[in-house]
Amino acid sequence: MFSILRTIWLIFLHIFHKPETIEYPEKKPYLPPRYRGRIVLTRDADHNERCVACNLCAVACPVDCISLQATEDETGRRYPEFFRINFSRCIFCGFCEEACPTYAIQLIPDFEMAEYDRQNMVYEKEHLLIEGEGKYHGYNFYQQAGVDMGVKGKGEGLNEELPVDVNDLMP
Amino acid sequence: MEVFFYIAAVIAIISTIMAISGRNAIHSLLFLILSLLAISVVFYLLDAPFIAALEVIIYAGAIMVLFIFVTMMLNIGLEEKQEKSWINPRMWIIPSILASILLVDLLLALKNMPTVVVGKQVILPKQVGISLFSTYLLAVEIAAILLMAGVIGAYHLGSQKKKVLHRFLEKK
Amino acid sequence: MEYIFIILGVLLIPLSIAAGLIWVERRLLSFWQDRLGPNRVGPFGLFQVIADTVKLFFKEDWIPPFSDKPVFVMAPGIVMITMLLTFSVIPFGPGFYVLDSNIGILFFLGNSSLGVYSIVLGGWASNNKYSLIGAMRASAQMLTYEVFMGLSLMGVVMLADSFSFYSIVQAQKNGWFIFPQFIGFLVFFIAALAETHRLPFDIPEAEGELVAGYHSEYSGMKFGMFFVGEYLGVTLMSAIITTLFFGGWLGPSFLPPVFWFLFKTFILICVFILLRASLPRPRYDQLMEFGWKILLPLALLNLLITGAILIFIK
Repeated sequence: MFSILRTIWLIFLHIFHKPETIEYPEKKPYLPPRYRGRIVLTRDADHNERCVACNLCAVACPVDCISLQATEDETGRRYPEFFRINFSRCIFCGFCEEACPTYAIQLIPDFEMAEYDRQNMVYEKEHLLIEGEGKYHGYNFYQQAGVDMGVKGKGEGLNEELPVDVNDLMP
Repeated sequence: MEVFFYIAAVIAIISTIMAISGRNAIHSLLFLILSLLAISVVFYLLDAPFIAALEVIIYAGAIMVLFIFVTMMLNIGLEEKQEKSWINPRMWIIPSILASILLVDLLLALKNMPTVVVGKQVILPKQVGISLFSTYLLAVEIAAILLMAGVIGAYHLGSQKKKVLHRFLEKK
Repeated sequence: MEYIFIILGVLLIPLSIAAGLIWVERRLLSFWQDRLGPNRVGPFGLFQVIADTVKLFFKEDWIPPFSDKPVFVMAPGIVMITMLLTFSVIPFGPGFYVLDSNIGILFFLGNSSLGVYSIVLGGWASNNKYSLIGAMRASAQMLTYEVFMGLSLMGVVMLADSFSFYSIVQAQKNGWFIFPQFIGFLVFFIAALAETHRLPFDIPEAEGELVAGYHSEYSGMKFGMFFVGEYLGVTLMSAIITTLFFGGWLGPSFLPPVFWFLFKTFILICVFILLRASLPRPRYDQLMEFGWKILLPLALLNLLITGAILIFIK
């Protein structure tokens, strides 16, 4: 009996509290930098595409919304021929970002992606690719490891040892 | 005022006939409610507002709800055909002849009664209460005892013994 | 001519209050839940009422083919008719009433007991399991709570020596009846909550269990009638509690009496909404047990004590 009256009184006091609501279209809520929103493809500092079309993102995607086709340019550098994300399927889990070995695919704090036509939710490579480096500045995958692509010589990477001469087996 | 009385009376008679002759149980109950409401209007026009209100509260409001409550749970759609075969026009002949004989009897008896003019004074709730608890005190107390018996009976039927064992473990 | 204006006022004031309650309730509930509530349509969201009405009017008015058509159509009207009829005996101010009936309280009780049919028949005619369960719960609940709703008012009737609302208000000139009749007020308030099936006692439409209870199959303005009927019920119960326990239109004379009446009624409506915001729904058997085992003895005790004291004083 007393607890019921106490409940009523406590609820009544809430009329003096400040409402928690954020009136969205007029006031944007603060989104932290690591918020998982729209997916972008980034470039490295040399303005080359970071994506090496390894397909790991497409494999990691739980809803299979990423599809891409790998190809090579004249220097032998791999890049996606097309890169397609169906955002009407995407659940913004961020697994693709975690799977990406080159920091190419990134989720950014932007979620306002409403469309009138369902087909418009399918983003092609030209919609996804941005000009900047996204969240990881100065990172270039080919400087860390990987094949010689004119960025560094073989074995000259930051955490890389020189290649072993297999013909010399002397201890 | 007399016009209203006759309108209400005619509505009461028609709706009662519909209540008897209807095949859908809920529809006939609705006509019965309408008839009770019309009778309450008749009471009101006969300057007995207290009885009119009680008619609405107790009969139309409480008892008929219980009727509908029970009828709701019956699956009446299935029995409609059967009832159709039971109620045929020939069924009505004997009861209506008997009833009309009774009606003539009643009218003749009423003709010989001294006429009482109604509407001389409005009977207020207070007068009803005073006469209930002075002149008719014994009847009120007997009715109260009767209701008490009903309450005790309902309590006995509705009371449940506390189960010690689960129903699967009980000995049949 | 003046009489027509009074009738129009008595008809339109409750109807507009009931319609406005759609907005007031949502707004107040949201304040008590630390939200903002509807504030987009018009200033402070005031035109939400109009938007809701337009929405209800333009919805498809669907009558299910498996329903009992005449009863289905008739049911929503009953609640509106009975609620609006009851307003005719309530005095809004001195001289501002349609009918000063000497059986006013009985008229109110009769009408509220007829209002049950709306829910019961609506639920039955929908020919739907959940509606039927809702209708059964409603009939049992309202039948139970009607019994001591009437009994709890008898203390007031004894004090005022009349069934007429007008003379009850006039009998409160020396003090509101809530003080000598506090138990009666409590019982009547709880019974009024159950009678209008407002939220702590909304088991006939408990949307957690029964979809929407008795009005699951209703749409369009037929649903709107149930909707407005519920708010009319809240307004009516608040007006009656004001009249019987809080001195009706009586108040300091620097403001017109009608204002005092409407002000007290509005405060009580807010209390109804506060209860909705704060209390959980009891189980069905708990509700019946509470009614028969606690409230009914309490109402009878109140009746007995009031009668004894009155006889002792006289």
